[in-house]
Amino acid sequence: MRRPLFLARAPYRRRRLRDAARLLPVLGMLLLLLPLLWTPGSEVRLGAGDVAYFFLVWFGLIALAAAIAPGLSPGEGDEEED
Amino acid sequence: MLLVEDEANIAEAIRFILTRDGWRVSHLADGAEVLALVRRERPDLVILDHMLPGMSGLEILTALRAEPATRALPVMMLTARGRDREAAERAGADRFMSKPFSNAEILAEVRAMMGR
Amino acid sequence: MQFNLLVAACLAYVIILFVVAFMVERRAQHGRLGWLRSPLVYTLSLSIYCTAWTFYGAVGYAARSGLEYLTIYFGPTLVFIGWWWILRKLVRIGRQYRVTSIADLISSRYGKSNTLGVIVTLIAVIATTPYIALQLQSVVLAFGVFATGTPDGVTPPDAASTAIWVAAGLAVFTVLFGTRNLDAREQHHGIVTAIAVEAVVKLVALVAVGAFVVWGIAGGVGQVLARIDAAQLSAWQVQPGRWAGLIALSAMAVITLPRMFQVMVVENDDEGHLARASWAFPAYLMLMSLFIVPIAVIGLERLPPGSNPDMFVLTLPLAEGQGGLAMLAFLGGFSSATSMVIVESIALATMISNHIVIPLWLRLRPAAAGQGEDLRGVVLMARRLAIGGVLALGYGYYQVSGGSAALASIGLIAFLGVAQVLPAMIGGLFWRGATRLGAILGLGTGFAIWAFTSFLPSFGPGAVLSRAVFAEGLFGLHWLRPYGLFGTQAMDPMMHALFWSLVLNALAFCLGSLLSFPGPVERLQGAAFVKVFDGAVGPQRWARGQAEPEALLTMAQRILGEEVALALFQSAAREQGKEGYLPDPTPAFLDALEARLSGSVGAATAHAMISQLVGRATVTVEELMAVASESAHIMEHSAQLEAREAELTRTAGALREANEKLTQLSVQKDAFLSQISHELRTPMTSIRAFSEILTEGDLPPDQVAKYGRIIHDEAKRLTRLLDDLLDLSVLETGTVQLNLGLASLQQMLDTALTAAQQTRPERTFIVQRDLPSEAIYLRTDADRLTQVFINLVSNARKYCDAARPELRIGVRQRAGRVMVDVVDNGTGIPKGSQALIFEKFARLTDANRAGGAGLGLAICREIMANLGGSIVYLPGQGGAAFRVTLPLRLEKAAA
Repeated sequence: MRRPLFLARAPYRRRRLRDAARLLPVLGMLLLLLPLLWTPGSEVRLGAGDVAYFFLVWFGLIALAAAIAPGLSPGEGDEEED
Repeated sequence: MLLVEDEANIAEAIRFILTRDGWRVSHLADGAEVLALVRRERPDLVILDHMLPGMSGLEILTALRAEPATRALPVMMLTARGRDREAAERAGADRFMSKPFSNAEILAEVRAMMGR
Repeated sequence: MQFNLLVAACLAYVIILFVVAFMVERRAQHGRLGWLRSPLVYTLSLSIYCTAWTFYGAVGYAARSGLEYLTIYFGPTLVFIGWWWILRKLVRIGRQYRVTSIADLISSRYGKSNTLGVIVTLIAVIATTPYIALQLQSVVLAFGVFATGTPDGVTPPDAASTAIWVAAGLAVFTVLFGTRNLDAREQHHGIVTAIAVEAVVKLVALVAVGAFVVWGIAGGVGQVLARIDAAQLSAWQVQPGRWAGLIALSAMAVITLPRMFQVMVVENDDEGHLARASWAFPAYLMLMSLFIVPIAVIGLERLPPGSNPDMFVLTLPLAEGQGGLAMLAFLGGFSSATSMVIVESIALATMISNHIVIPLWLRLRPAAAGQGEDLRGVVLMARRLAIGGVLALGYGYYQVSGGSAALASIGLIAFLGVAQVLPAMIGGLFWRGATRLGAILGLGTGFAIWAFTSFLPSFGPGAVLSRAVFAEGLFGLHWLRPYGLFGTQAMDPMMHALFWSLVLNALAFCLGSLLSFPGPVERLQGAAFVKVFDGAVGPQRWARGQAEPEALLTMAQRILGEEVALALFQSAAREQGKEGYLPDPTPAFLDALEARLSGSVGAATAHAMISQLVGRATVTVEELMAVASESAHIMEHSAQLEAREAELTRTAGALREANEKLTQLSVQKDAFLSQISHELRTPMTSIRAFSEILTEGDLPPDQVAKYGRIIHDEAKRLTRLLDDLLDLSVLETGTVQLNLGLASLQQMLDTALTAAQQTRPERTFIVQRDLPSEAIYLRTDADRLTQVFINLVSNARKYCDAARPELRIGVRQRAGRVMVDVVDNGTGIPKGSQALIFEKFARLTDANRAGGAGLGLAICREIMANLGGSIVYLPGQGGAAFRVTLPLRLEKAAA
């Protein structure tokens, strides 16, 4: 099974969407670890602002995922990821 | 003499006719035991049905003819199908009777075979 | 709150779950699942990730360690929002290769090695037993909260007996719905739906308590935030290493937990559901954790010091006088605990039965392997016992540990235990070079280090590991201390165990894989798993085997059940252009059969069972190389050729069969007349001989009577023969008059059994019937149908050669048709003759002649054709077996 080298617009978009989905956890990890860097020292104290921050980041990630998910239609998900 | 016939009623009839005529008749219903019995009891005559359980009449006949001791043993074949006759004669049957037969016929044949 | 009211509420709740599960099972049987297979139900079922540990423990966790509890939900969130393509690959493989559990996945990937299956099963059982104990503990604690001070004089049972009642109740529920049948794929729609209901209950309960706390007690969001800042936040500290480590750990655990694998992969109906779950499941997690901090803060503030923070969800509403809310919260916690225990014990029981019990059973009773004993009973019994065993283990652990340790620490230890499977799993999915040896080494290393640094120390110093080991190290070696492996100092114990177990696990896995050479089956499985989306690589291929199809059928029936196995074989035979139930053992058929079997007993066992019958060990390395070196072009070309060849083979098969039949028919036609002559002449001989004897006279009277009777009997025999011949000719030309009417099947069978007793009356048969299934009214010609049954039963009486003859009559209904099986326990009919028995005068061997003319089955066949049905011989039933199929309602006289 040979895959075409270049893709039409729609499949191309779908590929990039898939890339975005794959990068999402990296972005998430970054944002979730960020508060640890706000205060120097080996032990970090967290307050109410941090609680709000974490839930906002969490909500943002879920919203992004929900926006991306429909575009990743499993209809032709049969080709290997590349 | 030995009678080999698997239909109980026919065997009963033949046995009755022959015993009344003064013959001593032993009877077997299963083909597989015939050869052993022939070796043991050495009958003067064998009446053999064609279709038998265990071993067919033709097979038994062929086996009897292959052994020197029984090569000359008189054998009469019985059958319910006309076209078996040739095969029976090829295998070395002395007499051949097709069912149904009359009592007088079979008695006459047996007497003829035993030279009486 | 009155204690007995609480018990009543629990019982009512369980009964509701019961009804839900039962109704869904019913619908599933009729194939009307509809919205029950929606992504929503799938997402909700994933929520068994949130156990009682979340429901009660998270608040306690937050009260003790601040925001750290969030890491447990961040991990799964990250995996689901972006890396569900890993999950998608898992799900695809799971569906394609009918994976039954995580142990089955690992074993199947590494060359269907049962050793690996056993290792993963053991890890899973050992790691999750404490987790189950944790759930029991939470229910016991919750009962304890309510039970204090009952006014009505009912003394609540103590903690131990509560635990044992809960464990026993859960075992019964799980056995009832988890082991109802051995599905082709281990799916339990009833349980999944019940789990989804529980997911809603626990979410609603937790959110309700949270809302009450925020708006009812604290007075709004702003107030809450202020109190969070004002509370003991100074004590809420986060260690960066632990923070990142726990996120990673929970991300790994969500993939490898046996219960998550069960709902995520095994119970999955549609890959597309994963896309929806990718954001919906994190959203569920977020809602569950949203109110944890407020509840913890307000609880610490309001409740007397020293009260258990693990129970704040219950004690806070109780202290505020909200009995109803507390009850809801209690049910939420109850839901979390029960759903986790149910799914976990099903997953573990599947692993234990497929990888430990069944292989042992087959090894201990090799003689039974090829014979008719029904293995399904053994498998189901093994599952039931395993479920009981798992719950007993959990209860035992609860008793031993005294239920004292904080909930959270046990949970993390369990997470780390099952995470040891991850390197072998991910390596197996994405790296073709991963080998069995590597997986065994990695799993072994990881498991040993986990046990030494995390699991065993959790019992406390001096319990399993002596104090000396803690201080001085194993064997007095300083670098072998449970909390200071290889001299690492001052690491958090959890992070220490996490780091060393996973790093060394992965290292051993990689080194083992790099240095070993995989066997052929392993390489094929590796390629098939890694390239599952290409679809180019099939599973391992069977070389054309020497297996007897009948032996294969017998084996398949033991595992799949008679009905399913016969259907599978029949369709395969039809595909090969053959009639009947016995296809040729082509490689394609063997592959399909293996796939089907592995859905029930796991890949390793299925493979072993087929190898036993096929004889040869599948493919060789050379064959593998040959396949691999072919260019894509040749492969395509050969695929076309193969398709054409298969087509030709099919046609040729059909032609050959038709030709054989024609030849045989013409020989039989010839024999027919000669047979008729024989059958007529035989009775006539007797009649003639005896009538001559009687004519001659001078016989004693008793002999006259006897010979007269013989003549009479033989005359009757002649008449019967002529009747049969006429009957047959009428039936064959289709000019028969059917006398249609409603008739009870049971009555017809009764009549047939009574009538057939005249045949060889000296034999006593043990007749097995299932009377309820026979209570069917058929619209058919009752006399004709009874005639067929009489014939079959008489045949069994005549020809069954068993010492203790048995006759089994089974009745089934399917899609407006009724099937009646008549099976005896004799030697059956040899394969070569099965195609002939329905022909005229096809009485098989002379040894078996018992007075019939050999027309019985031919007449049966014609009768059934006239009744719009059929009669066939069923091979592989352990005796002669006939299946009569006919329509429930015959509308018009068949032309």
